[in-house]
Amino acid sequence: MSFKPPSDTKKPKNVKVSQLCELCHSRKALIKRPKNMQKICKLCFFHVFETEIHNTIVSNSLFAVGEKVAVGASGGKDSTVLAYVLKLLNERYHYGIDIVLLSIDEGIVGYRDDSLATVKRNKEQYQLPLEIVSYRELYDWTMDEIVACAGVRNSCTYCGVFRRQALDRGAAKLGIKHVVTGHNADDMAETVLMNILRGDVARLEKSTSIITQSAGSPVKRSKPFKFSYQKEIVLYAHYKKLDYFSTECTYAPEAFRGTARELMKNLEAVRPSCIIDIIQSGEMLRLKPKKVKKAPPAQAADAVEVRSDGSVLLNRHSGFIDGNRCERCGYLSSNKICKACMLLEGLQQNRAKILLDTDSSIAGAAKLTRTLEKLTF
Amino acid sequence: MVKVKVEFLGGLDVIFDKERTHKVTVAADAGSDVTMGDLIDYIVDNMIKNSNDRCVFIENDNIRPGILTLINDTDWELEGEKEYVLEDGDVVSFTSTLHGG
Repeated sequence: MSFKPPSDTKKPKNVKVSQLCELCHSRKALIKRPKNMQKICKLCFFHVFETEIHNTIVSNSLFAVGEKVAVGASGGKDSTVLAYVLKLLNERYHYGIDIVLLSIDEGIVGYRDDSLATVKRNKEQYQLPLEIVSYRELYDWTMDEIVACAGVRNSCTYCGVFRRQALDRGAAKLGIKHVVTGHNADDMAETVLMNILRGDVARLEKSTSIITQSAGSPVKRSKPFKFSYQKEIVLYAHYKKLDYFSTECTYAPEAFRGTARELMKNLEAVRPSCIIDIIQSGEMLRLKPKKVKKAPPAQAADAVEVRSDGSVLLNRHSGFIDGNRCERCGYLSSNKICKACMLLEGLQQNRAKILLDTDSSIAGAAKLTRTLEKLTF
Repeated sequence: MVKVKVEFLGGLDVIFDKERTHKVTVAADAGSDVTMGDLIDYIVDNMIKNSNDRCVFIENDNIRPGILTLINDTDWELEGEKEYVLEDGDVVSFTSTLHGG
């Protein structure tokens, strides 16, 4: 698969004064900024979009001179624009950082293999080094195998838990202590909304921070696109003819997030500034300080309850301890054993069964399951 | 009659035979102009292969929120949206912004 840029359009003619850019007053305005409804031209848009990201980086002191920074690159629009803009700003404003593309191969045939091809092209286009870490080498499982084993319904749970660790481990392998991700303003507002709708107050306070780092973790994360609208990121990629990948993951998207996203998009259509406003509300929320609880009772040695169907019980109600480590893999964990190891244990018990069921052709087995599920008589 | 180029980007091509670029000719009623509204009706009636996919493109008789519509690279909000009168050679693009990043 190769890259086909969007078509060139004809030059505008007979531009009326009322159609001119509100910043330079000399070219035709092409977009209306969702943030402030300002009508601006393409060149002014590039300038304000890049400068706002630069200001976000500087005012939050995201980078230090000489720092090695990994861009979590999926091949999608956000991370592609992020890699492009970071490289550009690093050269323009002399941040003095080393940028590396870091991709995770979850092992999803027909989805991740295509998006990784995009990342490989980005590597050449932007002349940035690329490192790919796979679930296969980290966990000895691919997502296709996991779905074949645990079902499509849980796919996002597994994938999300494993990916978070995988990015950290990939960064650690490269000796990098800072991972930037392409999370944008829409994602952030969506997360605030989801946490409110779920009453997840523990996550609510943290969900808007631009830099996140757990105590004792060697890797910090940041989101330079925290204030960038999805719409503007897509427009930027479109006008710059950037090569990005856009296909929905073969597995079902998380239903609740999908609904929250729909709600956000409908709100945005009525009042575009609501995205920034939700983030602002999230930032200003302060939880009432909790009473100090007594230490939780020591858990039995066999802390993982594996149900007969191979699923595991994730203990959500135990106290949140920052900086604790998993007994099995040494990864940061608020519990005795980290979530990834718990999920892996559940999977391991079903492995034998799945090997019998699926013969030797495991690649794409989940896709087959899914096709079979759709069959009707 | 107006000849325009229509593009479906950001993954929207899946409901249009996986083809990103289409050359489209929209016929006009005698003596009247062809507007964006007419083009959208044409796309919905003639170009979406599976009628179950209409909701991916249209919601409440309008382009679904989250799809970016550009006329000659200009946000269609600045061109009068459905009232815009199409000319030969116009490039209209629809880009989904709803996919993961």
